[in-house]
Amino acid sequence: MADDINHKSADLDLDDRKFTINFGPQHPAAHGVLRLVLDLDGEIVDRVDPHISLLHRGTEKLIEYKTFLQALPYFDRLDYVAPMNQEHAYCLAIEKLAGIQVPERAKYIRVIFSEIGRILSHLLNVTTQAMDVGALTPPLWGFEPREQLMVFYERASGSRMHAAFFRPGGVHQDLPPELVEDIHKFCGPFLKTLDDIEALVTENRIFKQRNVDIGVVSVEDALAWGFSGVMVRGSGLAWDLRRAEPYEVYSELDFKIPVGKNGDCWDRYLCRIEEMRESVKIIKQCIDKMPVGPVLPEHSKFAPPRRGEMKNSMEALIHHFKLYTEGFHVPAGETYACVEAPKGEFGVYLVTDGGNRPYRLKIKAPGYAHLHAMDHLCRGHMLADVSAILGSLDIVFGEVDR
Amino acid sequence: MSLPSRANMTSELKLHLESVQGKAIKAISVSHGEMTVLANRDSIVKLLEFLRDDSQCRFETLVDLCGLDFPNDAERFEVVYHMLSMRLNQRIRIKVRTDEATPVPSAVSVFPVANWYEREAFDMYGIIFSDHPDLRRILTDYGFEGYPLRKDFPLTGRVQVRYDEAQKRVINEPVKLIQEYRNFDFLSPWEGMQAVIPGDEKAGEAKK
Repeated sequence: MADDINHKSADLDLDDRKFTINFGPQHPAAHGVLRLVLDLDGEIVDRVDPHISLLHRGTEKLIEYKTFLQALPYFDRLDYVAPMNQEHAYCLAIEKLAGIQVPERAKYIRVIFSEIGRILSHLLNVTTQAMDVGALTPPLWGFEPREQLMVFYERASGSRMHAAFFRPGGVHQDLPPELVEDIHKFCGPFLKTLDDIEALVTENRIFKQRNVDIGVVSVEDALAWGFSGVMVRGSGLAWDLRRAEPYEVYSELDFKIPVGKNGDCWDRYLCRIEEMRESVKIIKQCIDKMPVGPVLPEHSKFAPPRRGEMKNSMEALIHHFKLYTEGFHVPAGETYACVEAPKGEFGVYLVTDGGNRPYRLKIKAPGYAHLHAMDHLCRGHMLADVSAILGSLDIVFGEVDR
Repeated sequence: MSLPSRANMTSELKLHLESVQGKAIKAISVSHGEMTVLANRDSIVKLLEFLRDDSQCRFETLVDLCGLDFPNDAERFEVVYHMLSMRLNQRIRIKVRTDEATPVPSAVSVFPVANWYEREAFDMYGIIFSDHPDLRRILTDYGFEGYPLRKDFPLTGRVQVRYDEAQKRVINEPVKLIQEYRNFDFLSPWEGMQAVIPGDEKAGEAKK
């Protein structure tokens, strides 16, 4: 009998330690529908082959068949964790090509909601990353303020997630004063919640063991792999589009850009926590500085006439009808507009031929480049680190698969 | 902040590129403050490498790479590279033309991130990249046929997927539409009538 066992083990190839497993497409730590084909050597990851596209909806193709206004809601469905930030990039691209001036108040409203989107996204990421490495309480704590923020979305746009609130030229509706007040009231207690979450997670021994020195990204790597957002800031490069290419009113606001030191998962987590605090600061400043005035350009071919006007003016009625059937025309040209979305640089490359539809619209999603680097980041790590690294990349499949 | 203005940097960069990389470049244009370079297909990898390493360029990040389709042109595809220099805070767009059969040299050796972007351009347009380590489809389903973002590919696609009760598996079948896809064209004279009304061809002549 004993001989038998010895005989078998001698026969065993060393390669028997090597095997391939499927991580996902249904896996709680895959943050959506991701299939990772993992080549393992024991518990060490040899190769990662992410198979994406399980959520591919052909957004870019669909947009080519829609008017500029009809295409806007597709952007909510990309990174569905921070919908308005995507709309923002699209609106900026159209405004750049058509030369639309955005009223001052609309700029502030856009910034407020972009920052709310950032908090929404970071809150989800930070807490679920903690869940990926074994903590259950943080998501429960984090989802309560998220719900409050989504109520703000709903009160502004009528929808919790798929807002379709930004418009080329401004935002769809003005904010009611009570909403602005409530957003202001939210800020204080939220900072307290953030402190609580930090007290629970940041210095937690298990959380640190799972995240410190895991998935280290050097500055060179971050550049070569096309990273953006927290993925470069975590490695110590102070690059933020809100500072580098200020859009809207960011140049007038006072905020800091948190930067990591080691570029590991833990640094990225810390960056996100700090960014949420900065976002709260920005929201407060915007509420204080926000002027009164229109939120869409007036007497413009790009914005619908107001209801009152349409009751009295035939031209306004015609304009309204034409705007929502034919849509406005954007001069022929091409442009690339980008915003600092919560996950990194979200860009829109828009090519127009002078008609009422985009000729081609390429969506540059930050998560796409980040997920691509999974192979590079995971090699040599343990299997359990894969979910920690994936969590800190902050992947949302709506934008990766488009 | 004492950063030089974007416009100045763009014109300086334009002169620099024209003098140093004149051979690789067909044309440079600037619109909306963005510089677009039309490059020669064969020297694209050298050009990207230069743009990455040159001290005045330092475009170390390949932000995006995508395809574009102009079906009426002889070289119908355009490959567009968006590059960013985080150190000098400047951007540039490089374009290369190609057709269905001619491969574009792959940029993977210069920017590893180009791998997936090129796979996507291949998947969506059928643009071929030479020396690409792993040119598989990426965004479409396993076993997908055709190139969906080409202008001649129908919006509805060619096949539909359903679970077949008889065969007990998921099957692909040609698209069946109850109603033809209606592609409304709302284009009309927005600034008033300019078209000639039938029978009124002489209206313009009277003015002359």
